[in-house]
Amino acid sequence: MFLKKYISDIFSAVKSLLKGMKLTGYYFTHRKEIITQQYPDNKEDMKPPERFRGEVVLIHDEQNEHACTGCTACELACPNATIKIITKFDVTPEGKKKKALDTFVYHLELCTMCNLCIEACPTDAIKMAQTFEHSVYDRSQLTKKLNKPGSKIREGVE
Amino acid sequence: MFSIENITHSIDAWLNSTFSPGLALLLESLLVGLCVIGLFTVLGLVLVLMERKVSAYMQIRMGPNRVGPGGVLQTVADTLKLAMKEGLTPDGADKFLFNLAPYLVIVVAMMILAPIAFAKGVQLWDLNIGVLYVSAVSSLSVIGILMAGWASNNKYSLLGAMRSGAQIVSYELSAGISIISIVVLTGSLRVSDIIASQQDGWWLFKGHIPAVLSFVIFIIAVTAETNRAPFDLAEAESELTAGFHTEYSGMKFALFFLAEYVNIFIVCAIAATLFLGGWMPLHIGHWSGFNHVMDYIPSSLWFMGKTFFLIFVIMWFRWTFPRLRIDQLLRLEWKYLLPISMFNLLLTALIAVKGWYF
Repeated sequence: MFLKKYISDIFSAVKSLLKGMKLTGYYFTHRKEIITQQYPDNKEDMKPPERFRGEVVLIHDEQNEHACTGCTACELACPNATIKIITKFDVTPEGKKKKALDTFVYHLELCTMCNLCIEACPTDAIKMAQTFEHSVYDRSQLTKKLNKPGSKIREGVE
Repeated sequence: MFSIENITHSIDAWLNSTFSPGLALLLESLLVGLCVIGLFTVLGLVLVLMERKVSAYMQIRMGPNRVGPGGVLQTVADTLKLAMKEGLTPDGADKFLFNLAPYLVIVVAMMILAPIAFAKGVQLWDLNIGVLYVSAVSSLSVIGILMAGWASNNKYSLLGAMRSGAQIVSYELSAGISIISIVVLTGSLRVSDIIASQQDGWWLFKGHIPAVLSFVIFIIAVTAETNRAPFDLAEAESELTAGFHTEYSGMKFALFFLAEYVNIFIVCAIAATLFLGGWMPLHIGHWSGFNHVMDYIPSSLWFMGKTFFLIFVIMWFRWTFPRLRIDQLLRLEWKYLLPISMFNLLLTALIAVKGWYF
């Protein structure tokens, strides 16, 4: 009885080992499966996946309008104060004062790409771009203003 | 036909005709020593690169491919880096033992090369107890490891060395019994006799079931003996920092590293000699036509091919299986490998006596 279990243990062990070896053997012989991209050589046709988190950008459409209302939800969500929203007060056609975005200050040198600001935004105004070549020689170039000059909020966004 | 035997014979004849026999022997020994050191260097370079490329392809990525065409100069770069590192001796370490340990391990690896036949007629020392010599000398490497662990003055090194020592000593039993089963079939411990007996087929095929079982047990046992994954708990980077060679840096670490890869080559060479025929081409019984065709491939190529195939298999093991814990490792040996190998030895003795082999 003990012997039967002993031998069946050995056979099942060998079977599982061979199954594992079959998989790595398959990977070894099938070079097409390689997912490494040879980076500096393939710059023209390389495209990082959509989910890649590069840097935060404010989405602008063709009329140079964005969807940021200046609610500062992203600034509050950011764990290390990378975003600073500076707001101003616009006067609407009816004469009422409405909060609007003046400057969206973004410190790329502090950003951890954690995606919390994107999740916090109620109007989907910001997204993560797929750029990753951020090295510069001058640190002040890493403090960015994300809203383009002359842009304003799109009609219909709350 | 190209053969290393011709080169060695011509050098031997020239030396003996130019100098006195004693001086010729001395010069030959020096030449052989240089060749062994050269072989070690080349092996180290080739095997480290092979390991990195094989592991990469098995992990769906490419290995080193920037340094030199296809990455072949990567190991040269690594060696230069290791040579330029500071070889630090820890403060409370036992200086003599600490410095001696790597050299002991390398010297043992060199000594085991003596009875291995690399090609027809190319063998350093064909002694009548060749196989026993190999088994005995390989046990000396345990001393080097224990010395390294103790002399490092580091709890983790000592623990790693103790575990490594226990592991090596245990697995030598199974490896030894597997070797004995081939010796029983051959009837001789002399390496050239064992190879000559495989003239009509390799023992792996001639000895059917017991030989296959011995082969499998031997491969598992030598993977454990050389501290190679999945049995590399003693030197796994995440388990015990680096085990017995934690405190080593620079050239001394390079020697340990080199000794590990050369040990893999040596045990695969032993396995190729005993089970796969050494330099003997693949012969099937008395099919003289087929055998004659097989003889055209040089014997050194046969030997290297077999050895590197076994090295590839051992690397395949490393990158497929998860690591075993020390208690699982020892349990595998004492409860599974040793009883099976002892039973297998009885089986081999039975078929050898009755003549039930090809």
